[in-house]
Amino acid sequence: MENYSIEPHAFVLGCSAIGAGLAMIAGIGPGIGQGYAAGKGAEAVGRQPEARSTVTSTMLLGCAVAESTGIYGLVVAMILMFANPFIGQVPN
Amino acid sequence: MRLDLLETHSLIGNLVGLDTSVTPGIDVDVKVYKVFNIFGIEVWLTQTVVTTWIIMGALTLIALICRLKLKNYKEKPEGSQNFVELVIETMDSFVRSTMGDKHAYFGNWFFGVFCLILVSNLCGLLAFRSPTADLCTTFAITMTTFTLIHFMGIKTGKGSYFKAYFEPIPIMFIMNIISELATPISLSFRLFGNILGGSVIMAMVYSLPRILNFGIPAVLHIYFDVFAGCIQTVIFVMLSMTFIKDKIAE
Repeated sequence: MENYSIEPHAFVLGCSAIGAGLAMIAGIGPGIGQGYAAGKGAEAVGRQPEARSTVTSTMLLGCAVAESTGIYGLVVAMILMFANPFIGQVPN
Repeated sequence: MRLDLLETHSLIGNLVGLDTSVTPGIDVDVKVYKVFNIFGIEVWLTQTVVTTWIIMGALTLIALICRLKLKNYKEKPEGSQNFVELVIETMDSFVRSTMGDKHAYFGNWFFGVFCLILVSNLCGLLAFRSPTADLCTTFAITMTTFTLIHFMGIKTGKGSYFKAYFEPIPIMFIMNIISELATPISLSFRLFGNILGGSVIMAMVYSLPRILNFGIPAVLHIYFDVFAGCIQTVIFVMLSMTFIKDKIAE
């Protein structure tokens, strides 16, 4: 029977890729949050069209804050993909 | 960068079933041109530094031209004066609506920050690597905001600034410190993540087989570079102003 051993290097790389994918699940939250904020913003503009600029700037501010968790996920994924901290710990 | 984008692009090429080894992949990493050694301190001359210098030079040149033309400006604007007045008035009303009329003098500072970040985000269109896609740049800009937040807090609040850390109960001191330190991190990572994410996606699109690269990158550039770049600039400046205004004691 053949020996199906995985090289530690390849194993770490593969797990990092899976981890990067899992980290991007963080995109769900901001998506829902920003959609909700945009919907409420549209509602507010519909009710009070003269307050359009104030509503828009408040909405953008809220969206930006809601987005930060998604960006953290993105940064974690980027680190795992392009600056992997685990690969250096693999014994040669 | 260990997992080179070249691997990614050949992977995508294998999925599509075409040989893409002809088109070189775009490197996402910051290139280091030279490392100087000044009095035992390593000074790195990176792509980011060079691009930032070019942007600074261009902005300074425009500012000088506007300053020299200031003499010829008339009561009734004409030519380039229209544009300059439009930009300045828009920024002024933006600062006044966010920080209030009393703190309109912050407009001078934030106009500079706004121009630097906007041009940095947009220069990805001119085949430069955006300096804001490097955490060093965004973190440096954020540290100026961080300094301003606490400088204005201490200057206007004095004792009440320090007292605010022990509210509502003294045990919350640690939480308050963490939330203060989270401000620059979240500000810098937001800008950095947005711009870097855009450039990584663009690099992946460019590494697709050439036949798929017709027209699609142009649309994506409009979204990732122009739209996201402008929105993120506005958001960065607006959040900075909001954070500073929150700390100013009335």
